[in-house]
Amino acid sequence: MIDSDDFVQALQTIGIDFFTGVPDTILAGIIVALEERRLYTPSVREDEAVALAAGAYLGGKIPAVLMQNSGLGNALNVLMSLHLIYRIPTILVISWRGFEGKDAPEHVVMGQTMTTLLETVKIPYRAVTSQTVGEDLNWTARTFMEQRIPVALLLKKGVVKTLQP
Amino acid sequence: MRPEEGVMQSRAQAMSALFAVMTDQPVIVCNGFPSREAFKLHDRPANFYMIGSMGVAAAIGLGVALAKPDRHVVVFDGDGNVLMGMGTLATVGALKPRNFIHVVFDNEVYGSTGNQLTYSRWVRLDQVAKAAGYVNVERVREREDLVYEFKEMLMKDGPSFLLIKINEQIEEADRVSLTPEAIARRFKHALA
Repeated sequence: MIDSDDFVQALQTIGIDFFTGVPDTILAGIIVALEERRLYTPSVREDEAVALAAGAYLGGKIPAVLMQNSGLGNALNVLMSLHLIYRIPTILVISWRGFEGKDAPEHVVMGQTMTTLLETVKIPYRAVTSQTVGEDLNWTARTFMEQRIPVALLLKKGVVKTLQP
Repeated sequence: MRPEEGVMQSRAQAMSALFAVMTDQPVIVCNGFPSREAFKLHDRPANFYMIGSMGVAAAIGLGVALAKPDRHVVVFDGDGNVLMGMGTLATVGALKPRNFIHVVFDNEVYGSTGNQLTYSRWVRLDQVAKAAGYVNVERVREREDLVYEFKEMLMKDGPSFLLIKINEQIEEADRVSLTPEAIARRFKHALA
Protein backbone atom coordinates (compact mmCIF):
# COMPACT_ATOMS: atom_id res chain seq x y z
CA MET A 1 0.00 0.00 0.00
CA ILE A 2 1.27 3.47 -0.90
CA ASP A 3 1.69 5.91 1.97
CA SER A 4 -0.62 8.90 1.42
CA ASP A 5 2.11 11.42 2.16
CA ASP A 6 4.46 9.65 -0.29
CA PHE A 7 1.72 9.85 -2.92
CA VAL A 8 1.32 13.59 -2.35
CA GLN A 9 5.09 14.02 -2.53
CA ALA A 10 5.13 12.14 -5.83
CA LEU A 11 2.43 14.43 -7.24
CA GLN A 12 4.43 17.47 -6.14
CA THR A 13 7.55 16.00 -7.69
CA ILE A 14 5.93 15.93 -11.12
CA GLY A 15 5.14 19.63 -10.69
CA ILE A 16 1.64 19.81 -9.27
CA ASP A 17 1.30 22.85 -7.03
CA PHE A 18 -2.45 23.44 -6.78
CA PHE A 19 -4.86 20.90 -5.28
CA THR A 20 -8.60 21.08 -4.95
CA GLY A 21 -11.44 18.57 -4.89
CA VAL A 22 -14.37 17.01 -3.11
CA PRO A 23 -13.67 14.25 -0.54
CA ASP A 24 -14.17 10.49 -0.69
CA THR A 25 -13.22 7.86 1.88
CA ILE A 26 -10.61 6.40 -0.50
CA LEU A 27 -9.07 9.90 -0.81
CA ALA A 28 -9.28 10.88 2.87
CA GLY A 29 -5.65 10.05 3.69
CA ILE A 30 -4.40 12.03 0.70
CA ILE A 31 -6.49 15.04 1.72
CA VAL A 32 -5.07 14.91 5.26
CA ALA A 33 -1.53 14.83 3.82
CA LEU A 34 -2.36 17.77 1.54
CA GLU A 35 -3.84 19.75 4.41
CA GLU A 36 -0.75 19.11 6.52
CA ARG A 37 1.28 20.60 3.70
CA ARG A 38 -1.23 23.47 3.41
CA LEU A 39 -1.82 22.68 -0.23
CA TYR A 40 -5.51 21.88 -0.37
CA THR A 41 -8.38 24.20 -1.35
CA PRO A 42 -11.74 22.44 -0.85
CA SER A 43 -14.47 22.78 -3.49
CA VAL A 44 -18.19 22.25 -3.03
CA ARG A 45 -18.86 20.42 -6.31
CA GLU A 46 -16.68 18.64 -8.82
CA ASP A 47 -17.60 20.95 -11.69
CA GLU A 48 -16.53 23.86 -9.52
CA ALA A 49 -13.34 21.99 -8.63
CA VAL A 50 -12.24 21.43 -12.22
CA ALA A 51 -13.09 25.05 -13.10
CA LEU A 52 -11.06 26.26 -10.11
CA ALA A 53 -8.20 24.11 -11.40
CA ALA A 54 -8.58 25.63 -14.88
CA GLY A 55 -8.34 29.14 -13.42
CA ALA A 56 -5.29 28.16 -11.38
CA TYR A 57 -3.64 26.78 -14.54
CA LEU A 58 -4.33 30.03 -16.41
CA GLY A 59 -2.73 31.83 -13.46
CA GLY A 60 0.44 29.75 -13.76
CA LYS A 61 -0.19 26.72 -11.53
CA ILE A 62 -0.22 23.03 -12.39
CA PRO A 63 -3.45 21.74 -10.89
CA ALA A 64 -4.87 18.46 -9.63
CA VAL A 65 -8.46 17.68 -8.67
CA LEU A 66 -9.47 14.93 -6.26
CA MET A 67 -12.92 13.40 -6.59
CA GLN A 68 -15.04 10.31 -6.17
CA ASN A 69 -16.04 8.87 -9.54
CA SER A 70 -19.67 9.94 -8.96
CA GLY A 71 -18.25 13.46 -9.18
CA LEU A 72 -16.95 12.73 -12.65
CA GLY A 73 -20.59 12.91 -13.72
CA ASN A 74 -20.83 16.41 -12.24
CA ALA A 75 -17.57 17.51 -13.84
CA LEU A 76 -18.01 16.08 -17.34
CA ASN A 77 -19.62 19.09 -19.00
CA VAL A 78 -16.92 21.44 -17.76
CA LEU A 79 -14.20 19.02 -18.80
CA MET A 80 -15.74 18.78 -22.27
CA SER A 81 -16.65 22.43 -22.89
CA LEU A 82 -13.73 24.04 -21.04
CA HIS A 83 -10.60 21.91 -20.52
CA LEU A 84 -10.74 19.77 -23.63
CA ILE A 85 -11.43 22.61 -26.08
CA TYR A 86 -9.23 25.28 -24.46
CA ARG A 87 -6.53 22.64 -23.88
CA ILE A 88 -6.18 23.09 -20.16
CA PRO A 89 -4.18 20.32 -18.50
CA THR A 90 -5.49 19.09 -15.16
CA ILE A 91 -4.71 15.91 -13.28
CA LEU A 92 -7.82 14.15 -12.05
CA VAL A 93 -7.29 11.85 -9.09
CA ILE A 94 -10.48 9.80 -9.12
CA SER A 95 -11.45 7.18 -6.56
CA TRP A 96 -12.86 4.10 -8.22
CA ARG A 97 -15.96 3.36 -6.20
CA GLY A 98 -18.03 0.43 -7.41
CA PHE A 99 -15.02 -1.43 -8.83
CA GLU A 100 -16.21 -4.87 -9.99
CA GLY A 101 -19.64 -4.07 -8.54
CA LYS A 102 -18.45 -4.53 -4.96
CA ASP A 103 -19.80 -1.38 -3.34
CA ALA A 104 -23.04 0.33 -2.32
CA PRO A 105 -25.73 0.33 -5.03
CA GLU A 106 -25.29 4.01 -5.91
CA HIS A 107 -21.72 3.30 -7.05
CA VAL A 108 -22.36 0.28 -9.23
CA VAL A 109 -23.27 1.93 -12.54
CA MET A 110 -20.48 4.52 -12.45
CA GLY A 111 -18.05 1.86 -11.23
CA GLN A 112 -18.79 -0.20 -14.33
CA THR A 113 -18.94 2.62 -16.89
CA MET A 114 -16.31 5.12 -15.75
CA THR A 115 -13.51 3.91 -18.01
CA THR A 116 -15.85 3.80 -21.01
CA LEU A 117 -16.93 7.37 -20.22
CA LEU A 118 -13.32 8.54 -20.04
CA GLU A 119 -12.51 6.78 -23.33
CA THR A 120 -15.58 8.32 -24.99
CA VAL A 121 -14.55 11.86 -24.08
CA LYS A 122 -10.89 11.05 -24.80
CA ILE A 123 -9.46 11.63 -21.35
CA PRO A 124 -6.46 9.31 -20.93
CA TYR A 125 -6.40 7.35 -17.67
CA ARG A 126 -4.44 4.82 -15.66
CA ALA A 127 -5.36 2.81 -12.61
CA VAL A 128 -2.55 3.32 -10.10
CA THR A 129 -1.00 0.28 -8.40
CA SER A 130 1.61 0.26 -5.65
CA GLN A 131 3.99 -1.61 -7.97
CA THR A 132 3.70 0.87 -10.84
CA VAL A 133 3.06 4.20 -9.09
CA GLY A 134 6.34 5.81 -10.22
CA GLU A 135 5.75 4.83 -13.81
CA ASP A 136 2.07 5.89 -13.59
CA LEU A 137 3.04 9.38 -12.45
CA ASN A 138 5.75 9.74 -15.10
CA TRP A 139 3.19 8.77 -17.71
CA THR A 140 0.79 11.36 -16.25
CA ALA A 141 3.36 14.15 -16.37
CA ARG A 142 4.35 13.26 -19.92
CA THR A 143 0.81 12.93 -21.24
CA PHE A 144 -0.67 16.09 -19.81
CA MET A 145 2.35 18.23 -20.68
CA GLU A 146 2.42 17.01 -24.27
CA GLN A 147 -1.31 16.98 -24.95
CA ARG A 148 -2.40 19.74 -22.55
CA ILE A 149 -5.62 17.98 -21.60
CA PRO A 150 -7.03 16.41 -18.43
CA VAL A 151 -5.46 13.08 -17.45
CA ALA A 152 -7.04 10.74 -14.91
CA LEU A 153 -5.38 8.62 -12.23
CA LEU A 154 -7.83 6.06 -10.90
CA LEU A 155 -7.48 4.89 -7.31
CA LYS A 156 -9.10 1.65 -6.24
CA LYS A 157 -9.72 0.98 -2.58
CA GLY A 158 -6.57 -0.04 -0.72
CA VAL A 159 -3.97 1.29 -3.16
CA VAL A 160 -3.16 4.46 -1.21
CA LYS A 161 -3.38 4.35 2.57
CA THR A 162 -6.43 6.14 3.91
CA LEU A 163 -7.82 6.95 7.36
CA GLN A 164 -8.91 4.15 9.67
CA PRO A 165 -12.70 3.84 9.64
CA MET B 1 -43.52 48.21 -14.39
CA ARG B 2 -41.13 47.05 -11.70
CA PRO B 3 -39.70 49.83 -9.50
CA GLU B 4 -36.23 49.37 -10.90
CA GLU B 5 -37.19 49.62 -14.54
CA GLY B 6 -36.81 52.81 -16.50
CA VAL B 7 -33.38 53.87 -15.25
CA MET B 8 -31.62 50.66 -16.05
CA GLN B 9 -28.86 50.34 -18.60
CA SER B 10 -28.10 47.58 -21.03
CA ARG B 11 -25.36 45.12 -20.13
CA ALA B 12 -23.22 46.52 -22.95
CA GLN B 13 -23.47 50.04 -21.49
CA ALA B 14 -22.67 48.85 -17.98
CA MET B 15 -19.82 46.69 -19.24
CA SER B 16 -18.29 49.56 -21.22
CA ALA B 17 -18.40 51.78 -18.13
CA LEU B 18 -16.50 49.14 -16.15
CA PHE B 19 -13.91 48.51 -18.87
CA ALA B 20 -13.30 52.26 -19.01
CA VAL B 21 -12.02 52.33 -15.42
CA MET B 22 -9.92 49.15 -15.61
CA THR B 23 -6.24 48.93 -16.49
CA ASP B 24 -4.77 45.46 -16.98
CA GLN B 25 -6.92 43.48 -14.52
CA PRO B 26 -7.80 39.99 -15.78
CA VAL B 27 -11.51 39.59 -16.55
CA ILE B 28 -13.31 36.27 -16.85
CA VAL B 29 -16.55 36.70 -18.81
CA CYS B 30 -19.39 34.18 -18.54
CA ASN B 31 -20.85 32.36 -21.53
CA GLY B 32 -23.53 33.53 -23.94
CA PHE B 33 -24.01 37.14 -24.95
CA PRO B 34 -21.86 38.61 -22.14
CA SER B 35 -18.76 37.06 -23.77
CA ARG B 36 -19.88 38.07 -27.26
CA GLU B 37 -20.50 41.65 -26.15
CA ALA B 38 -17.22 41.96 -24.26
CA PHE B 39 -15.36 40.59 -27.28
CA LYS B 40 -17.04 43.04 -29.61
CA LEU B 41 -16.85 46.13 -27.37
CA HIS B 42 -13.60 45.74 -25.51
CA ASP B 43 -11.47 42.81 -26.57
CA ARG B 44 -8.13 42.69 -24.75
CA PRO B 45 -5.61 39.91 -24.00
CA ALA B 46 -6.54 39.87 -20.31
CA ASN B 47 -10.14 38.89 -21.17
CA PHE B 48 -11.03 35.22 -20.82
CA TYR B 49 -14.20 34.34 -22.72
CA MET B 50 -15.90 31.29 -21.24
CA ILE B 51 -17.88 30.06 -24.22
CA GLY B 52 -19.35 26.90 -22.66
CA SER B 53 -19.35 25.40 -19.15
CA MET B 54 -22.19 27.56 -17.89
CA GLY B 55 -22.16 28.20 -14.15
CA VAL B 56 -18.44 28.15 -13.50
CA ALA B 57 -17.20 31.62 -14.50
CA ALA B 58 -16.78 32.56 -10.83
CA ALA B 59 -14.91 29.31 -10.12
CA ILE B 60 -12.48 29.98 -12.98
CA GLY B 61 -11.99 33.52 -11.69
CA LEU B 62 -11.47 32.22 -8.16
CA GLY B 63 -8.78 29.85 -9.43
CA VAL B 64 -7.01 32.75 -11.16
CA ALA B 65 -7.34 34.89 -8.02
CA LEU B 66 -5.82 32.17 -5.83
CA ALA B 67 -2.96 31.65 -8.28
CA LYS B 68 -2.31 35.40 -8.63
CA PRO B 69 -2.92 36.83 -5.14
CA ASP B 70 -1.27 40.15 -5.96
CA ARG B 71 -3.65 41.11 -8.78
CA HIS B 72 -7.30 42.02 -8.66
CA VAL B 73 -9.27 39.48 -10.69
CA VAL B 74 -12.67 40.45 -12.07
CA VAL B 75 -15.51 38.11 -13.08
CA PHE B 76 -18.29 39.35 -15.36
CA ASP B 77 -21.13 37.02 -14.50
CA GLY B 78 -24.87 36.78 -15.08
CA ASP B 79 -27.80 35.91 -12.85
CA GLY B 80 -28.42 32.60 -14.67
CA ASN B 81 -24.78 31.63 -14.28
CA VAL B 82 -24.70 32.52 -10.57
CA LEU B 83 -27.86 30.52 -9.91
CA MET B 84 -26.36 27.51 -11.69
CA GLY B 85 -23.14 27.62 -9.68
CA MET B 86 -24.44 29.14 -6.47
CA GLY B 87 -22.25 26.86 -4.33
CA THR B 88 -19.26 28.86 -5.52
CA LEU B 89 -20.55 31.87 -3.55
CA ALA B 90 -19.92 29.75 -0.43
CA THR B 91 -16.43 28.80 -1.60
CA VAL B 92 -15.57 32.46 -2.20
CA GLY B 93 -17.17 33.54 1.08
CA ALA B 94 -15.22 30.93 3.03
CA LEU B 95 -11.84 31.41 1.33
CA LYS B 96 -12.19 35.22 1.26
CA PRO B 97 -9.69 36.02 -1.50
CA ARG B 98 -8.96 39.72 -1.07
CA ASN B 99 -8.34 40.21 -4.79
CA PHE B 100 -11.63 38.80 -6.11
CA ILE B 101 -14.30 41.06 -7.63
CA HIS B 102 -17.51 39.38 -8.72
CA VAL B 103 -19.65 41.55 -11.00
CA VAL B 104 -23.11 40.19 -11.80
CA PHE B 105 -25.14 41.70 -14.63
CA ASP B 106 -28.65 40.84 -13.48
CA ASN B 107 -31.40 41.06 -16.10
CA GLU B 108 -33.58 38.39 -14.45
CA VAL B 109 -33.68 36.33 -17.64
CA TYR B 110 -31.76 33.75 -19.61
CA GLY B 111 -31.12 36.36 -22.26
CA SER B 112 -29.05 34.26 -24.63
CA THR B 113 -31.78 31.65 -25.09
CA GLY B 114 -34.99 33.66 -25.40
CA ASN B 115 -35.52 35.61 -22.17
CA GLN B 116 -36.93 32.82 -20.02
CA LEU B 117 -37.23 34.11 -16.44
CA THR B 118 -34.57 33.25 -13.88
CA TYR B 119 -35.24 33.14 -10.14
CA SER B 120 -33.22 36.32 -9.53
CA ARG B 121 -36.49 38.26 -9.83
CA TRP B 122 -37.45 36.69 -6.49
CA VAL B 123 -34.11 35.76 -4.96
CA ARG B 124 -31.76 38.60 -4.07
CA LEU B 125 -28.36 37.33 -5.21
CA ASP B 126 -26.60 40.22 -3.45
CA GLN B 127 -28.13 39.05 -0.16
CA VAL B 128 -27.03 35.50 -0.88
CA ALA B 129 -23.48 36.76 -1.48
CA LYS B 130 -23.62 38.79 1.73
CA ALA B 131 -24.79 35.76 3.71
CA ALA B 132 -22.09 33.64 2.10
CA GLY B 133 -19.41 35.97 3.42
CA TYR B 134 -18.44 38.39 0.66
CA VAL B 135 -16.89 41.40 2.36
CA ASN B 136 -18.14 44.22 0.11
CA VAL B 137 -21.58 43.80 -1.44
CA GLU B 138 -23.33 46.47 -3.50
CA ARG B 139 -26.46 46.50 -5.62
CA VAL B 140 -26.64 49.29 -8.21
CA ARG B 141 -28.46 50.24 -11.38
CA GLU B 142 -27.26 53.66 -12.46
CA ARG B 143 -24.08 54.35 -14.33
CA GLU B 144 -22.52 56.74 -11.85
CA ASP B 145 -23.20 54.33 -8.97
CA LEU B 146 -21.70 51.32 -10.69
CA VAL B 147 -18.61 53.26 -11.72
CA TYR B 148 -18.19 54.63 -8.19
CA GLU B 149 -18.64 51.25 -6.48
CA PHE B 150 -16.44 49.40 -8.96
CA LYS B 151 -13.61 51.91 -8.54
CA GLU B 152 -13.87 51.43 -4.77
CA MET B 153 -13.73 47.66 -5.15
CA LEU B 154 -10.61 47.92 -7.32
CA MET B 155 -8.90 49.61 -4.36
CA LYS B 156 -10.39 47.67 -1.46
CA ASP B 157 -9.76 44.23 -0.03
CA GLY B 158 -12.49 41.82 -1.07
CA PRO B 159 -14.02 39.53 -1.91
CA SER B 160 -16.44 42.00 -3.47
CA PHE B 161 -19.79 41.46 -5.12
CA LEU B 162 -21.27 44.10 -7.42
CA LEU B 163 -24.77 43.33 -8.61
CA ILE B 164 -25.85 45.57 -11.48
CA LYS B 165 -29.51 45.53 -12.41
CA ILE B 166 -29.65 45.82 -16.20
CA ASN B 167 -32.37 45.72 -18.80
CA GLU B 168 -32.87 42.85 -21.23
CA GLN B 169 -31.37 44.59 -24.25
CA ILE B 170 -28.74 42.58 -26.09
CA GLU B 171 -26.00 44.11 -28.20
CA GLU B 172 -25.80 42.68 -31.70
CA ALA B 173 -22.60 40.69 -31.45
CA ASP B 174 -21.26 37.65 -33.26
CA ARG B 175 -19.74 34.66 -31.55
CA VAL B 176 -16.21 35.10 -30.23
CA SER B 177 -14.07 34.47 -33.30
CA LEU B 178 -10.93 33.41 -31.41
CA THR B 179 -10.45 29.67 -30.96
CA PRO B 180 -10.78 28.48 -27.37
CA GLU B 181 -7.11 27.49 -27.46
CA ALA B 182 -6.14 31.01 -28.54
CA ILE B 183 -8.29 32.56 -25.79
CA ALA B 184 -6.52 30.45 -23.15
CA ARG B 185 -3.03 30.98 -24.53
CA ARG B 186 -3.44 34.73 -24.84
CA PHE B 187 -4.99 35.11 -21.38
CA LYS B 188 -2.32 32.98 -19.70
CA HIS B 189 0.39 34.98 -21.43
CA ALA B 190 -1.21 38.29 -20.38
CA LEU B 191 -1.09 37.15 -16.75
CA ALA B 192 2.45 35.80 -16.78
